[in-house]
Amino acid sequence: MIETALSILVGIFFAVAVYLLLSKHTIRIMLGVVVLGNAANLSIFTAGRLTREVPPVIPPDLYVPEIATANPLPQALVLTAIVISFSLFAFLLVLAWRAYQDLDTDNTEEMRIAEPKADPLPPLSY
Amino acid sequence: METDGNSLTFIALFLPFVAAALAPALTRRMGHKVAWVLAIVPALLFIHFASLVGTVASGEVVTGGHRWVPSLSVEFSWFLDGLSLTFALLISGIGTFIVLYSGGYLKGHEHLGRFFSFILMFMGAMQGLVISDSFLMFFVFWELTSITSFLLIGFDHSREASRRSAMQALIVTGMGGLALLAGLLVIWNATGATSLSGLLETDNALRESALYGLAFVLILGGAFTKSAQFPFHFWLPNAMEAPTPVSAYLHSATMVKAGVYLLMRLNPVMGETAVWETVLPLFGGVTLLVGGFLAVRQSDLKLMLAYTTVASLGLLVMLTGFGSEHAIEAAVLYLIAHSLFKGALFMVAGIIDHEAGTRDVTRLGGLRKAMPVTFGAALVAAISMGGLPPLFGFLAKEEIYYALGFASLWSAVFTSVAILGNALMFAIGFAVALKPFLGAEVKTPNHAHEGPPLLWLGPVVLAGASILAALVSPLTHRLFSIPMASAVAGEPLDITISLIPSIGLPLYLSLVTVALGYAIYRTLGDVRARVAAVLAAIGWGPDRGFDQVLRGIVRGAHGATGLIQNGRMETYMTLTFGIIALAFLIPLVGAGEMPAFPQLPVLTLYEIVVLALAVIGLGAVLYADDRLTAIVSLGIQGFAVALIFLLFGAPDLGFTQFMVETLSVVILALVMTRLKLAKSDHRPTGEKALDVTVASLCGIGLMLALFKVTEISFDPALSVFFTEYSRVIAHGRNIVNVILVDYRGVDTMGEIAVVMAAGLAILALVRVRLGRRVQHAEPQIEVEGRETVA
Repeated sequence: MIETALSILVGIFFAVAVYLLLSKHTIRIMLGVVVLGNAANLSIFTAGRLTREVPPVIPPDLYVPEIATANPLPQALVLTAIVISFSLFAFLLVLAWRAYQDLDTDNTEEMRIAEPKADPLPPLSY
Repeated sequence: METDGNSLTFIALFLPFVAAALAPALTRRMGHKVAWVLAIVPALLFIHFASLVGTVASGEVVTGGHRWVPSLSVEFSWFLDGLSLTFALLISGIGTFIVLYSGGYLKGHEHLGRFFSFILMFMGAMQGLVISDSFLMFFVFWELTSITSFLLIGFDHSREASRRSAMQALIVTGMGGLALLAGLLVIWNATGATSLSGLLETDNALRESALYGLAFVLILGGAFTKSAQFPFHFWLPNAMEAPTPVSAYLHSATMVKAGVYLLMRLNPVMGETAVWETVLPLFGGVTLLVGGFLAVRQSDLKLMLAYTTVASLGLLVMLTGFGSEHAIEAAVLYLIAHSLFKGALFMVAGIIDHEAGTRDVTRLGGLRKAMPVTFGAALVAAISMGGLPPLFGFLAKEEIYYALGFASLWSAVFTSVAILGNALMFAIGFAVALKPFLGAEVKTPNHAHEGPPLLWLGPVVLAGASILAALVSPLTHRLFSIPMASAVAGEPLDITISLIPSIGLPLYLSLVTVALGYAIYRTLGDVRARVAAVLAAIGWGPDRGFDQVLRGIVRGAHGATGLIQNGRMETYMTLTFGIIALAFLIPLVGAGEMPAFPQLPVLTLYEIVVLALAVIGLGAVLYADDRLTAIVSLGIQGFAVALIFLLFGAPDLGFTQFMVETLSVVILALVMTRLKLAKSDHRPTGEKALDVTVASLCGIGLMLALFKVTEISFDPALSVFFTEYSRVIAHGRNIVNVILVDYRGVDTMGEIAVVMAAGLAILALVRVRLGRRVQHAEPQIEVEGRETVA
C-alpha cells in the first residue's frame, strides 16, 4: 500500500501548514497557504489511488490504453487546484504586502482597524 | 345569493388594503376631509356583512374561498358564523367612526395620509383575521394585525416612548404569534384539519389527542399575549402612546379581542376539559383584578381606560373558560357591550385631550357646559360600563352574575372576583365620564369648547348603539348574541335576558357591585394613593422586566461577540482549525470508524529519497532562522511534491507544480525582501504548545481519514469512462488534458476566470496608491494562468 506512505506525508504537510497558519506574522501565514495547497492536492491525489509510473496517455495506435494507467480524474482535479491555489496565494501575498505598507506591521495582533480593541456597547435605548 | 355574497366577501377582504394604498394620495389632495371619503370603505363592509346577518341568524354558515396552494391543501377560504359575523360587524362599524374621528383628531397632522393608510391596513387585517378559515390565512392576518399595531403605536416615531411601546407590543404579540403558529401546526398534526371549519367538525379528536396539552399551551401563548392577559398585560397600557383613535380602535374594541376570539373559536374543540376550565378562569380572574387595581392607580384618562380594558379582557377570558352555557352567553354579551362603551369612552378621552389640552383627570373639571355633546356620550357609555340599566352593559353584567353564582366554592370565588372587578370598572368608568365634566371649572391648557362633528359623531353613535341594543334586546339577541354564543358553545343556545330585571341573586349582586363601585368612586383619590404606595413597595413589574431582558440580550450579545470575535486573527484560526481537527477525529474515534492499522508499504529507494526530501523541506520551513531560508526551503518541499507527481504517473501535474513552485518562491522572495520584518517566528511556549497540539491533531486527523478512504474499495466508474472514451469520443490521447478541456471544459473556463479575477484584484491592489513599485509581480501571474491550462 503505497497510499499509506503518502497519507502519512499528507498528514505531515497538513500539520505543518496549520502550524504556519497559526503564526501571527503574515509571511509565515503565506508560507502556510502554500503548504496547505500542497497538502490538499496530495490528499486528492492519494485518495484517487496511486499507480507507479504509468501516465494516463493512450498510445498513438490504440483507442484504449493497453495496460492499467494512473487514475486520470484526480490529476485533472489537482491540475485545476494547483492553479487556483496559486492565484489565491498571489492575491493574499499582495494583500499582505499592501497591509504592511499601510499599517506598517506584519503582525496580525496589531491589525485592529476593522475590529478595534474597545468596541463600545451598542445603544441600550429604543 | 351564495355566489354573489361569495365574490362580495372576497372583494371586502381586499377593499381596506386598496383604500390603504390610495389614502396618502387622497389625503394630500383633500386634507383631513378625506375622512368622509375613506369612511365609505368600512361603511360598505358593514353593509355587506349586515346583509348576511339574516342568513347567519337562521343558523347557516357563509363560506367561500379560492384555491391557493392546492398541493399543500392550502386554501384562501373564509367562513362566517355568528362569532365571525359579530366581530366583522364591530370591526367595520366601529371602524367607520374611527376613520371619521381620526380625520378630526389628527386634522392638520403632516402624516395624516400615512395614518389613514395604517389604520385601513389594520382594518383589513383584523377583518381577515375574524373571517378567515384556513389556518395559514388566519395566522397571516393575525401577524398582520401585530405589525399594523406596531406601525400605529410607533406613529409618533420621533418620541422614544412611542418607539419603545411599539417595539414592546411587537415583541410580545409577535412571540405570541409564533406560539400560535406552532399551536396551529400541532393541532394540524393532531387532527389533520387545515382550517378552522374543518377543525370544528373533528369534535373530540383534539381533546382526546396526546398533543392536547402542547396545543393548549401554545394556543394560550398566542391568545394571552394578544389579549394582554397577566403577566403579558404590560404592553397594552404602553400602547396608549399611539394616537387616541388607535387606542379606541385597536387597543380596546378590536385587536386585543383577537385573543378572546381565538379562545372562543376553539372553545367547541378545546373547551370543557379540566385544564381549560382551570387555567382560563384563573388567568382571566387575576388579569381582571390586576387590571382593575392598576386602573385605579392612574390619573391619565387614557391609561385609566387602558387598564380597565386589561381588566375587561381578563373578565372575558375568565367567562370563556368558565365552562357553562350562561358564562359563554355572558362573555358574548359583555364583549359586544365592551366594544361599544370602551370605544366611545376612548374617543371621549381623546376629545377632552384634543380640546382641553390635557387628559390628566386631576387637572380637569367643569367641562359639561363647554362640551355638552361629549358629556352626554361619555355619560351613556359610563352607565353601560358600570352595568346600569337601560344600557347593554347591564344585560351583560346580569348574565355574568347569573352564570357565576354561588353554586360551589370555585364559582363563589369567581363571583367575588367579578364583583370586585366590576366595582373597580364602575368607579373608573364614572371617573372618566364625570370628573372632567362635573364640579367647578378648572383652567385647562387650551380653552375648551365642543369639538367638531367629526370628533363627537363616533362616541355619540356608539353610545346610542348601547342604548338601542338594550332596548330591542330580543332582536339583538336573535340577530347577534344567540348566533355568536351558539358558535362559541358549538351548540344552539338561547339568550333571554332583557332590561326587565328579575328579582333574584344577579340583581342583588348588581346592587352590591354598584354600592362598592360608588364607594370606590367617592374615595378614588385615597384608593389611588394607597395602590400607588403598594406598587411602589413592590417596585418591579413585567414592564421593567421587559427592559431588563432586552438590555440583557444586547449586553449578552455584545459580550459573546467580544468573546468569540475578539479581533485577534490567531483566535479565529485556532478555533477554526481546532474544529476542523475535531470534525476529522470525532467521527473516526467517537463512532468507532478508526481505520485498521495499514500495511507498511515497500518503497523503492528513490521514492524514499523524494518523500524524505519533502519532509526535510517542511522541517526547514519550520526551523529556518530567517525568512529567506524559509522561503528557499518552501521551494524544496514544492519540488518534492512535483517529483511525487512525476513518480506516480502524473507528469502534467509535475511540470505545473515545478512552474508554480518556482514562481511562488520568486514572488515571495521579491516581495518579502522589500519589507523590514522580524527575522523569525517567535511564539511564547504556551502558545507554541497549543499551536503544535492543534496542528498535530489536524495532521493526524487528515492522515487517519486518508487511511480510512484508501482502506475501503475504490469505485473506478468515472475514471474508466474517461479512459475508455477519451480517444473514441473526444479524440485526445492525453486523458487528463481531455478531461480538462473537453469533459470539464466549463469548469476549466471557470478556473481561468478565477485566475483572471485574482490578477485584476492584484492589479487593483498594486495600483491603489503606489502604482509602479511591484509591477513585475503581477504580469507573471497572468502568464502563468494561461500556460497551465495549455
